[in-house]
Amino acid sequence: MIVLANILIVLTIVVGVFFTIVTVIGVIRLPDVYTRAHAASKSATLGVLSILLGVFFHFWLKEGHFSIQLLLAIAFLFITSPIGGHLMSRAAYISGVKPTKLTVGDDLAEVIKQAKLKNPPTHQKEDDSLNE
Amino acid sequence: MAFQLLLNFFIALVWMFMSTSFTASTFIIGFLIGMLLIIMTRRFFPGRLYIWRLWATFKLALLFFKELILSNISVVKVVLRPKMTIQPMIFALPTDLEHDWEITLLSSLITLTPGTIVLNVSDDQRTLYIHAIDVDDVDDAIDSIKNSFEKAIKEVSRP
Repeated sequence: MIVLANILIVLTIVVGVFFTIVTVIGVIRLPDVYTRAHAASKSATLGVLSILLGVFFHFWLKEGHFSIQLLLAIAFLFITSPIGGHLMSRAAYISGVKPTKLTVGDDLAEVIKQAKLKNPPTHQKEDDSLNE
Repeated sequence: MAFQLLLNFFIALVWMFMSTSFTASTFIIGFLIGMLLIIMTRRFFPGRLYIWRLWATFKLALLFFKELILSNISVVKVVLRPKMTIQPMIFALPTDLEHDWEITLLSSLITLTPGTIVLNVSDDQRTLYIHAIDVDDVDDAIDSIKNSFEKAIKEVSRP
């Protein structure tokens, strides 16, 4: 039983560390913001999640302490991290960061251009009024 | 659905008062009896039985975990490949989900699926703009995955 518990704990933590390392390599190697967001929002989620799961198993199976906080942390991570990845890449796109040369097609460019024509960015106007 | 669940809790509570033992096991027995009663009187409720909806939610959660693991394996493959041979693309995906929470759920699921991230939701909430990391082997496969996600979400939200 102890051996099984140890295997479970070590396995989850090793998987978590592996995916976290992959995230780091991905953020360094991938060419632009959007592809980096792929690595950061997916692998980091699973990485931190399995490390937390390993810690949860450790405290539960070896110390006999059932920690609800760790499970809650896993749930919160699940809800927030895809939204974080989405918002950062969306902000990058709208503020005009170009995707990498490798990109094949882009359906969003036209839409953003139309939206900017309709209501131009506000800080531009403030700058103009300051100059006058 | 919320009404049926609440009714089930109420029946369990009544069962606890009737047997004057206020323990968890009495509550569970009362809950099961209430579930039986609700199944027997299901033609009086306007919607589906809440049990099916719980089951659909459970299936959706399983799908979520499966996709998370698959997407991580695909990211590992892309990142650790010696040559960077990816073909990113931004494409539009029409959706016919209506409620805000459905669209939020769908975009969270898409963001955690293999090789896709939601970049923008159009103002009329009819189109999602998605950044795919490797279009060559993904474009068609993704569409089918999206159909399965959308179907699973519709299964949950069906009245």
